[in-house]
Amino acid sequence: MKIIYTDSLVIGSGLAGLRVAIASMQRGFDTIVLSLVPAKRSHSAAAQGGMQASLGATIKGDGDDEEIHFADTVKGSGWGCDQDVARMFVNTAPKAIRQLSAWGVPWSRVRRGDREVVINGEKVTITEKDEAHGFITARDFGGTKKWRTCYTSDGAGHTMLYTMDNKAIQMGIPVHERKEAIALIHEDGVCYGAVVRDLITGELIAYVAKATTIATGGYGRLYSISTNAVISEGMGTAIALETGIAALGNMEAVQFHPTAIVPVGILTTEGCRGDGGLLLDKDGYRFMPDYEPDKKELASRDVVSRRMTEHMRKGKGVPSRYGDHLWLDIRLLGRKHIDKNLREVKEICEYFLGIDPSKELIPVRPTQHYSMGGIRTKATGESPTLKGLFSAGEAACWDMHGFNRLGGNSVAETVVAGMIVGEYVADYCTENSLNISSSTVESFMKKEEKNITDLLLRGYGENPFELKAEMQKIMMDKVGIFRNGKDLEQAVEELKVLNQRAKKIALRNKISSSNPELVEAIRVPKMIKLAQCVAYGAMLRTESRGAHSREDFPERNDKEWLKRTLTTWQDKDADLPEVTYENLDIMTMEMPPASRGYGVDNTLHHPDTAKREKEIEEIKKANPGADRFELQELLNPITIPDKFKGKNERIGKGYK
Amino acid sequence: MSDQERILKFQIFRYNPQKPGDKPRMETYEITEAPGMTIFIALNDIREHQDPSLQFDFVCRAGICGSCAMVINGQPDLACRTLTSSFEKGEIKLLPLPGFELIGDLSVNTGKFMRAMSERVESWIHDKYADHVNFEQLEEKMDPDVADEIYELERCVECGCCVSACATKRMRPDFLSAVGFMRLARFAMDPRDKRTNEEFYEIMGDDDGVFGCMTLLGCEDYCPKDLPHQTQIAYLRRKMVMVN
Ligand SMILES: Cc1cc2nc3c(=O)[nH]c(=O)nc-3n(C[C@H](O)[C@H](O)[C@H](O)COP(=O)(O)OP(=O)(O)OC[C@H]3O[C@@H](n4cnc5c(N)ncnc54)[C@H](O)[C@@H]3O)c2cc1C
Ligand code: SF4
Ligand code: SF4
Ligand code: FES
Repeated sequence: MKIIYTDSLVIGSGLAGLRVAIASMQRGFDTIVLSLVPAKRSHSAAAQGGMQASLGATIKGDGDDEEIHFADTVKGSGWGCDQDVARMFVNTAPKAIRQLSAWGVPWSRVRRGDREVVINGEKVTITEKDEAHGFITARDFGGTKKWRTCYTSDGAGHTMLYTMDNKAIQMGIPVHERKEAIALIHEDGVCYGAVVRDLITGELIAYVAKATTIATGGYGRLYSISTNAVISEGMGTAIALETGIAALGNMEAVQFHPTAIVPVGILTTEGCRGDGGLLLDKDGYRFMPDYEPDKKELASRDVVSRRMTEHMRKGKGVPSRYGDHLWLDIRLLGRKHIDKNLREVKEICEYFLGIDPSKELIPVRPTQHYSMGGIRTKATGESPTLKGLFSAGEAACWDMHGFNRLGGNSVAETVVAGMIVGEYVADYCTENSLNISSSTVESFMKKEEKNITDLLLRGYGENPFELKAEMQKIMMDKVGIFRNGKDLEQAVEELKVLNQRAKKIALRNKISSSNPELVEAIRVPKMIKLAQCVAYGAMLRTESRGAHSREDFPERNDKEWLKRTLTTWQDKDADLPEVTYENLDIMTMEMPPASRGYGVDNTLHHPDTAKREKEIEEIKKANPGADRFELQELLNPITIPDKFKGKNERIGKGYK
Repeated sequence: MSDQERILKFQIFRYNPQKPGDKPRMETYEITEAPGMTIFIALNDIREHQDPSLQFDFVCRAGICGSCAMVINGQPDLACRTLTSSFEKGEIKLLPLPGFELIGDLSVNTGKFMRAMSERVESWIHDKYADHVNFEQLEEKMDPDVADEIYELERCVECGCCVSACATKRMRPDFLSAVGFMRLARFAMDPRDKRTNEEFYEIMGDDDGVFGCMTLLGCEDYCPKDLPHQTQIAYLRRKMVMVN
């Protein structure tokens, strides 16, 4: 039996995983990162749009600060987020971006003087300040009050990931590539690492560690059409679920991005609309202002996706053999702008659609994009129920996104969570020692070995590729943008059947080493379980909040549903997970629930909302001299590692 | 997108070094073309419906991550963004990218090569400040044009096409290759990196470095990101000549 020992095991080499690894290495702990693919190929590389941080250097971001970023984030989340975490996040995001800047990201910079931009379909000239020249600039993104999304031309994620991985290489952090964690090792409620399969040799290796961090990204590939990489299959989330101890949070919260190209589902960034692109229907008519007169194309993502779907349902979609779609029009931005700031979009249009987006319209429709749900953690990133298990990035439900995340807040989360959770991981490594018996490790290894042997020996059975396709279709058709009780009940039943069938997978290619069919056979049963968590959670949640939109329960219901869904799978033979809820306490909220300001407000408010609003008024009155930092301390005191407590400087404002 | 249905004929290199007794060979697969079909879609179709053992690497399937370079009808390119309709005869021959360790079939270990390259060129900002950033204060300013120029060179996706197309690399196994030159150029032009010309010379001032390059520019011809290899190799040469 091959065992590798380390202090800090990080599963996933995207932005979140690498940043956690850097933090634990900086604190002197032996660290190993595992990844399905070379680190620089992780899906973080695909983020084109940018990262939110309230630097306020561009004139259109003037006056921005942590308070406004906080308000946008909480509002965007449909008040479903954890406000302590959102606070930690907004206060740390400027630090994260500045650190990355020193480490090498060539962030696009403010250029002094006049420049022409497109706002609301019109060309407008804005004038950047002299003193801002050379500082990190930002673009507009949906759901934000200020231009806050910092970017590098069209390759924010790419440059961030390359810089982060380069830093990890500089520090000598080993990344074990083409290794797949297939189970967590745990004993008496403490996690001690993972059973890992080498994707080339097929060898099973036990990685035994003091602290284990899951940073495996999202579960977009539960859906047949997704903007996500083909490896975004939620495996880290699934192995946490399979412990029966760790809980998943808000799995039903799945975001659809308004503009992925038809049919393949490749994303065109929100930057297209942020920079002034418009949405048109089959008559070439710009319809968004009719639905959202205020924010129009730049309403929050969940809102735009629903409006587009509504509009297509009215018969205004462009028919095609792949179903209806709408048009994204970026012609008005001009070739020069597209060539520089939206080049990735241009390449995608050329290669996959054979069109020139500076002359032609882009066929788009809402497509699965982001997983708000994931492994439920405390603000420290640790699972509240399985000690020593941490999670960060899209894999986690750290919960700064609640039921809808804002564009640009996700890569920002990966690095900020990486910094903060990384410190807590290091603390954990300081305070704990490894005491797990080798017989426990062995029994976890044996179990996985047996599963693989069974798969290889079974003569006849189910085809894993077919099971996966059936699951993806159920999720797409019945657990999509608009949901209803009837479809969801059907989805839950059909997935139960798939779950049973997945226990009888047989392979055609019966070798234990490098074998794509075996990889699929190991993953598909896990993916089906995750799909069940999503569908079942969606069925039970009889309200609409953020990206979870129920046609039969269109109102946000704070009275009954201001709570986080927690899902566990305790009995491995059960055919459904167990679901419980965790209340969000309005009386400790810095920003009590209100309307998000889209369409008609039909929220069913919670009685505490008015109480808390009054309380906040009184606190403010009692402390008339308090500045925004003191007020935050009074309304929402947070614990954060000392390193990150300082205030952030801004041009023209100093540290105020 | 054309509406006519054609039968595509794929000839694919097959060899699994993990499988005792397996031998390199070409195998032929036929599939029905679909509109907008890419090699990514086609290979998955073959794997799912004809041969579940077929190995290949895709991650982003959008031409962004650099995972899927292979030799397509004689030319190294990203398979995920290659449309089958671009081959008039409907015959497509696929070979793994040469110059890298073969994992199996069309899958090669570019990751290992690229990590070693990054270590060799020390692909990071060399500056004491970077190790102790005061992230509360305003970031260091940078000229907007310089930032854009650095990004232009940082667009490399480590796909390996340039390495596979390089004649020098074939003769000199330790040749740094265009991807390494591009990375060095990226850091050499970055004002945040405080390395001197002498320090860069240590890394690339020999025949395995920039003096070994014969400027035949296979790298520039096949780079899917159209990076300016010729200009950058010349820039590095000039820099190195200054050291002597
Ligand atoms: C097309 C696209 C564009 C986007 N654009 C933006 C944007 O502009 N701004 C923004 O804020 N957000 C954007 N996002 C979202 C954002 O990119 C992601 O949420 C974020 O990058 C996720 O990072 P991560 O580190 O959590 O995971 P990832 O980068 O997905 O990394 C996951 C890692 O886990 C590894 N892994 C997975 N399973 C296992 C296993 N079982 N064993 C071992 N390793 C494993 C993988 O190999 C990989 O290294 C975009 C997303 C998409 C899909
Ligand atoms: S110019 Fe020729 S020899 Fe030099 S790196 Fe490019 S392909 Fe290789
Ligand atoms: S320089 Fe071009 S061809 Fe070479 S690895 Fe980078 S992207 Fe690929
Ligand atoms: S799969 Fe990412 S570039 Fe082809």
